[in-house]
Amino acid sequence: MNAWLTAAPILIPMLTAALCMVAWKHPVVQRGLSLLGSIALVAAGGALLSIVLNQGIQVVQMGAWAAPFGITLVADPLSALMVLIAAVMGFCVALHALGDIDPVREKGGHHAVFQILMTGVCGAFVTGDLFNLYVWFEVMLISSFVLLSLGGLREQIDAAIKYVAINMVATACLLLAVALLYGVTGTLNMADLSIRVPEVPNQPVISAIAVLFIIAFGMKAALFPFFFWLPATYHTPSVAVQAIFAGLLTKVGVYALMRVFTLIFTGDSGWTHGILMVMAGITMIVGVLGSLAARDLNRAWSWQVVAHIGSMVMGLAIATPLALAAAAFYMVHDIIVKTNLFLGAGLVRRLAGGSTDYARLGGLFKTAPWLCLLLFVPLGSLAGFPPLSGFWGKLLLVRAGLETEHYVMVGLLLVTGLLTIWLVGRVWAEMVWKAPAEPPAMAISTLSFGRTYLLILPLLLLSLITVSIGLQPERLLNLAGQVGHSLTDTSAYVQAVLGTTPSPQPTLLGALETEAMP
Amino acid sequence: MMDSLILRTGVRLLLPLMLLFSIFILWRGHNEPGGGFVGGLICAVGFALHALAFGVRAMRLLLKVDPRTVLGAGLLVGILPGFVGGLLSGAPYMTSQWLGAVGTPLLFDIGVYLVVVGAILTMVETLMEEGED
Repeated sequence: MNAWLTAAPILIPMLTAALCMVAWKHPVVQRGLSLLGSIALVAAGGALLSIVLNQGIQVVQMGAWAAPFGITLVADPLSALMVLIAAVMGFCVALHALGDIDPVREKGGHHAVFQILMTGVCGAFVTGDLFNLYVWFEVMLISSFVLLSLGGLREQIDAAIKYVAINMVATACLLLAVALLYGVTGTLNMADLSIRVPEVPNQPVISAIAVLFIIAFGMKAALFPFFFWLPATYHTPSVAVQAIFAGLLTKVGVYALMRVFTLIFTGDSGWTHGILMVMAGITMIVGVLGSLAARDLNRAWSWQVVAHIGSMVMGLAIATPLALAAAAFYMVHDIIVKTNLFLGAGLVRRLAGGSTDYARLGGLFKTAPWLCLLLFVPLGSLAGFPPLSGFWGKLLLVRAGLETEHYVMVGLLLVTGLLTIWLVGRVWAEMVWKAPAEPPAMAISTLSFGRTYLLILPLLLLSLITVSIGLQPERLLNLAGQVGHSLTDTSAYVQAVLGTTPSPQPTLLGALETEAMP
Repeated sequence: MMDSLILRTGVRLLLPLMLLFSIFILWRGHNEPGGGFVGGLICAVGFALHALAFGVRAMRLLLKVDPRTVLGAGLLVGILPGFVGGLLSGAPYMTSQWLGAVGTPLLFDIGVYLVVVGAILTMVETLMEEGED
């Protein structure tokens, strides 16, 4: 049973997508299937996380081919947490899409392709094999190409070409890195790699391969200096697609970095984690400056996606149990908030008549006061106002940074936070307080009753999650603490996959202190 | 659509041969080089030739079903056999089950075959419809 639960995050969306394609001619059936599949995925994600927390790391060997020869699926605390949060985002966005997607995009197969995207995301989270990870990245990319260009507007095609081009380069880098690593070690099972890589006599080669992985995953995660494609593309597709892209896609890159640089490349951490540290610092500052320079709500949020990727990678680069826990906590918070912000921006765009340019916004407090209240939650959380979830994430990161005396990084993080507060204040002033440039082109009340609820419900749900994390952070903190410890002491992971006790692992930057979480 | 008597006569002969050959390749792929992907490509090329000679509407009449449905059905045929081992003996997903020479991997290959046929013909149909308009 547990084995099936570990494979369920891949099987459920894949089956849903197949059924959606069989029902190609019947959009209503597809809507139902999409919703049912998303709910099933949330249930499976929840069950998987509770099993992982109660019974330890779950491993299943596909086709009963023993590791390291077959493909292994592994659910450790980080994977299970990410699957659950991705499933919740998938559900919220699927719900929103029911009210938002236009008939043309629906006939083009939005629901089926969306489920395939979820397959790729969840597959990347649960796989324990590096080549398989590459395959899930491909699944994710190809479906995201389709979602990005679905609708066929001129600016969409323009964005899709940029997106395809940069991702081809990233994919080529990833494939090259995987091939080189296979050439050096003769295995691609991640647990097996974590034993073999320290034994390789020619360690500089490993460091070079590690840098290739940083480049490949850095492009996917939109780290400096590979972030430029993101603000150029994320504002063009439909709102549901924007939300799931902003919420999940770049975070899969961060997840892959976290997995690879805690499990496999830990020998030369001064070099690899140093590079990550510098990239993270610059990413934060560049992202937040870009968001301040933007004159459009959607573009500002796209830049914010970049900025907060930097914070997570900072946690990874510090690499103490506390810092990794902070990165995991921050990732959960950020996924929820970014999805919420993009869904909210979609509603604001509807109200402002199809544009999120600051010049066209204004008077939201008069037209939709309840929406202001809803939007305040993700905005406040983005800025890090206590007691919302962003505050705790930043607090953990600052503490982890101070403990390891990374004062510059902590400074950059705080400056980024301050500038984000500035951005949030400005957006609030432009969107809510300013007098509208012209009377609203379209009121939300012109939509049917049911559709309005479909659009609002996901926002409400995500805001509730943000508030409950903020008011009761202990549960997620404990969970993040477990993630942090399982990432620094990977012997349990290796033991679970290979069934043998591994030789002693090289230590991370001072990672052996087994200090309790705050 | 090309209005060529030679092509039309040729395709009438070629199409059945190509379909048979594609199934042979699919079966051969069980133990030797070949398989669902190559077989599917050959089958799709047969139908694409038919579309070239007689027009894309004639191809749709010949195919009877929407290529997208073929694609979806192929995905299902590919996914579902993976569960058989689990249902019979609790083995993990994708564990192969055999009944003599025939087993779940063959079903998986048929799934791949259908997905390839469906995907290629969807592309052919979309591109040629655009050209004929």
